[in-house]
Amino acid sequence: MMHQVIEIGRTQTPEAVLYWILGPLAVLAALGMVVVKKAVHSAILLAWVMISLAIFYIAQDAVFLGIVQVVVYTGAVMMLFLFILMLVGVESSESLTETIRGLRPIAIVAALGFGGLLISLIGHATLGRSFVGLTDANAGGNVQALAGLLFSKYVWAFEVVSALLITAALGAMVLAHNHRIIARPTQRDLATARFRGTSLAKAAGLPGPGVYALHNAVDVPALLPDGTPAQASISATLKARGDVIDSRPFQLSTIESEEE
Amino acid sequence: MNPANYLYISALLFTIGAIGVVVRRNAIVIFMCVELMLNACNLAFVTFARINGNLDGQVVAFFTMVVAACEVVVGLAIIVTIYRSRRSASVDDASLLKR
Repeated sequence: MMHQVIEIGRTQTPEAVLYWILGPLAVLAALGMVVVKKAVHSAILLAWVMISLAIFYIAQDAVFLGIVQVVVYTGAVMMLFLFILMLVGVESSESLTETIRGLRPIAIVAALGFGGLLISLIGHATLGRSFVGLTDANAGGNVQALAGLLFSKYVWAFEVVSALLITAALGAMVLAHNHRIIARPTQRDLATARFRGTSLAKAAGLPGPGVYALHNAVDVPALLPDGTPAQASISATLKARGDVIDSRPFQLSTIESEEE
Repeated sequence: MNPANYLYISALLFTIGAIGVVVRRNAIVIFMCVELMLNACNLAFVTFARINGNLDGQVVAFFTMVVAACEVVVGLAIIVTIYRSRRSASVDDASLLKR
């Protein structure tokens, strides 16, 4: 009785081999995706899962969907993910300590319960008919058959989805648009600000960094006439990084000059 | 091999994706887990289409892909906007409404 309920058909052995090789790999990759620390590694594992699913689609006579899966998911969507990862910072690996206490055990127990329920349901489900297969439905070609359905029975859904796509593109543009809070200062504004400031010291521009016989680079401050290093000649970024070299070793030693 | 075996993989992937959504805190990784769940559903659709011998399931899977693409575009735009103002992609940091 229990063994009859899902008697919905048998497929050939090559597919079984494919299934038993790719299936566990896909599940392992998905598990790894949740576990690994760095977001980039998650993205690569997810791309692997998606490619495995594309192969599964093709094995199940859904050739068009298999190709679309590769083009749309592993191509466009994962590219977008990686692009945003690069934008946000690849090195930003999150700390894996839990902020809500006990969240992880609860989540795992709930997921085990949910997954167990789903799998036992599938195991006990009866579909009320025998396995049909897509040989008849795909007789005139998978793409042709899909197009026939898409532009007849599902044409309304197709139109709505196209509207959704345009709306999403528009929404993304609006969200990504950066509003300036204050107007960008023009060159004239900057010149005025230089000359009307508290001092005229910066009116002619900032001094350049030091150029010495032994060292010629932007990381050494120039020397003022009195021998002290000019702090304004060094970029603030270099100072913040701590990449500034002391200028003292490059100074000329005092020359004994004789007045005649 | 029974075609229903694909449904087990689909269920497993969906569950793993759900764990990821709950456990992870990087918004981008959470999004990837949502994508995994959508993909798992697609696999179930394709398998049912094959079992029942009509292509309606494949058409639905196709629509799911389109909707998932929309979701990714808008979701990632939101993440970038949040990142721009808060300098962080962690979902725990965006808790201004709580206080």
